[in-house]
Amino acid sequence: MPRKTYIAAIREALAEEMRRDARVFLIGEDVRIGVFAGTRGLHAEFGDRRVIDTPISELAVAGAGVGAAATGLRPVVDLMFGTFLYLAFDQIANQAGAMRYMFGGQTTLPLVYMVQNGTGSSAGHHHSQSVHPFFMNMPLIKVVMPSTPYDVKGLLKAAIRDDNPVVFLNHLALGGQRGEVPDEEYLVPLGEAAIRRPGSDVTICAAGLMVHHALKAAQLLAAEGVEAEVIDLRTLKPWDEAAVLASVRKTRRFVAVDESAPVCGAASEWAATVAEQAFADLKAPVRRVSGKPVPIPFSPVLEKAAIPSVAEIVVAARHCCTQ
Amino acid sequence: MSAPAPSFATILDIYTRMLKIRRFEEQVGQLFAQGQLPGFVHLYIGEEAVAAGVCAALRDDDYIVSTHRGHGHVLAKGGDMRRMMAELFGKATGYCKGKGGSMHIADFAIGMLGACGIVGGGIPVAVGAALSAWYRGSDQVAVSFFGDGAANEGSFHESLNLASTMRLPAIFVCENNQYGEFTPAHRAMNIRDIAGRAAGYGIPGVIVDGTDALAVYTASAVAVARARAGQGPTLIEARTHRRSGHAEGEQAFLAGQEYRSAEELAAMRAGDPLARLHRTIVAGALIPDAQLEELDQTISQAVAEAVAFARQSPEPALESLYEDTWV
Repeated sequence: MPRKTYIAAIREALAEEMRRDARVFLIGEDVRIGVFAGTRGLHAEFGDRRVIDTPISELAVAGAGVGAAATGLRPVVDLMFGTFLYLAFDQIANQAGAMRYMFGGQTTLPLVYMVQNGTGSSAGHHHSQSVHPFFMNMPLIKVVMPSTPYDVKGLLKAAIRDDNPVVFLNHLALGGQRGEVPDEEYLVPLGEAAIRRPGSDVTICAAGLMVHHALKAAQLLAAEGVEAEVIDLRTLKPWDEAAVLASVRKTRRFVAVDESAPVCGAASEWAATVAEQAFADLKAPVRRVSGKPVPIPFSPVLEKAAIPSVAEIVVAARHCCTQ
Repeated sequence: MSAPAPSFATILDIYTRMLKIRRFEEQVGQLFAQGQLPGFVHLYIGEEAVAAGVCAALRDDDYIVSTHRGHGHVLAKGGDMRRMMAELFGKATGYCKGKGGSMHIADFAIGMLGACGIVGGGIPVAVGAALSAWYRGSDQVAVSFFGDGAANEGSFHESLNLASTMRLPAIFVCENNQYGEFTPAHRAMNIRDIAGRAAGYGIPGVIVDGTDALAVYTASAVAVARARAGQGPTLIEARTHRRSGHAEGEQAFLAGQEYRSAEELAAMRAGDPLARLHRTIVAGALIPDAQLEELDQTISQAVAEAVAFARQSPEPALESLYEDTWV
C-alpha cells in the first residue's frame, strides 16, 4: 500500500470529494496557497469558483458556509487554526449548531469546518490550543480528530458526505506523519473508534496526537508486564461509547488521555461515562491525563510540558494497575 | 440603473403586505399583554414599509434573512399567518414545531432562511445564500435585513466586505429605526448616515425614507436588478421608526425610566407608513375606499383565524424534544 503524509491525505480527500460532487467547494483564507498544504494545488484543478480565497473574516466566512449549506451546497470552510474558530463562534454555536433543530427540521446543514488543532509548532497560545471541548458541547455539531493519514482521508470524505455540520480537527503536529493510504476509494465512518493496540490490563482512550503518546506509553508498560489496550476515538462526537465500554469491561481499568484542559475537557466526558456505565466492572478509579490548565506557552520545553506526556500516561496506567 | 415607477398592482400588493403585518402585530401585542404568549416578542409596527417594499421587489425564489424583529419579514415574503401564530404560541403546528419561537421563525419553502436572535447574526448567513446563488449560476438574490444596532457588529463589516470582494448578489437592508434596544443610534455611532459605510467596502450605499413604501420598493428594485446582473451588493439604509418598544412588556425592564419623549412618539405616529400609503392610494383614487375597507376586514379575519388555529393546535409531544437533531 502506498505511504503518504497526513497532509497529502487531506488533499486527496478534498480533491476526490470535489470531483465526485459538484456541490462541494472549499472556502477560506489562503486556500489557494494552502498554508498547511492540505488545500494546495486544488485551485489549479477546480478554479476560482470552487476554491474560494476570502478576506480574513472568520465570522462572515463561517456564516457564509451556513447560508450556502442551507441552500443546497456542501461547503468545506477552512479556518486554518482551531483558535480562529473562536472568531466564528457565534455562527457555529448559534447558527450551524442549532439551525436545523431551531427551525423544526426545515433544512440540513452539510458543512465542514476544517482547522489545525493542538500543539506542536511552538507558535504560542493563539495558534496552539486544543479547542475541541467547546464544540463537543454544542448539541448538533459533530467533532472529528484523526490521528493517522489513513483516517484523516477516510474521515474527511465521510464528513463531507455527512448532512450535519462537522468541526474537523486536523492535528497540527501530525501533518508530516506518513502512513499507509490506499489509492482506492474508502471511507472511515464517523462515530467509530479503532483499537490501535489490543491489551488486557488497562484501557487507554485518546484521539489525535495523544493516540501516538498512548501507543508509546503502552510499549513502556508492556516492558513492565502491563498490557494496555489503546483506543483511538477518531470521532469525538458522536463518540463510540460502546467500543470504550466493551474494552473497559475486559480490562477493568480506564485512563482517559486528552490534550485539552481538564475542566470539562474531552477526558472528563469519557471518564464520567465510564464511571457511570461501568463502575461495577472497574477494579480501580478512572484516571484522567489532561492538558495543564494554563495558556499554551511558547517555549518548546514548556509547550511540551503543557500537554500530557508519555511518562504521565505510563504513571496513570501503572497507578490503575496497582490497585 | 433606475427602476420604473411601481404599477397600480404593485402598490396594492405592497399595501396588502403592510396591512397584513400591521394587523398581525397588533394582535400579537394584545396577546402578549394578556399573558397568552410565552417568551418575549419584538413588534414590527411602524417599520412595515421596509419589509413590504423590499419583498415586493423580490421573486418568490429569492432569499431573505431576518432579525429578532422578524414577523414582518415573514409575512412580507409570503409567509403563513397560521403557522407563524402557532409558532408564537409554541405549538406543534408552528413553523418550527414550537422549537424556534418568535425570534427563530423560518420558512425555507419561500426563501425565508430564518429570523435571528443575535443582532447582526443573520448577515453572514445571507451572504452565504448569495454565494450559493452565484455558485449555482442562478440569478437569485439574497436580502439581509438588520437594524442600526447591527451596523456596529463585526458581522456587518465582515459581510459587506466579503460580499463586495466576491461581487455577490446580496442586498443589505439596514432598518435604521434609530434605537438599538433602548440606546439611540446617535450615541452608538459617530456618523449620521449608515449608508456611508458602504463606501468603505466599495459598494453603493443608498438612503431611503423607510416610511415611504414606494421609495423603498424603488430603491430595492434598483439594488435587485444590480445584483441579478452580477454587479454586486448594495447597502440600503431605510430610515424608519420603531413605534412599538424594543420588546413588548418592556416597561418591566425599564422600571419607570423613559428613553423616548412624548413628542418623539407623537412624531412617529404622525409619520405612520401604513397611513401614508393609504393616503397615496386614496389621493390617487387608485382603489375605492370600500375596497380598502374590505381588504382590512379580510386580513383581520385571517389574523383571527390564525389565533384560533394556534389556540386549537396541540402542544409539541415530549418525544419531539429529540427530533430534528442529526440527519
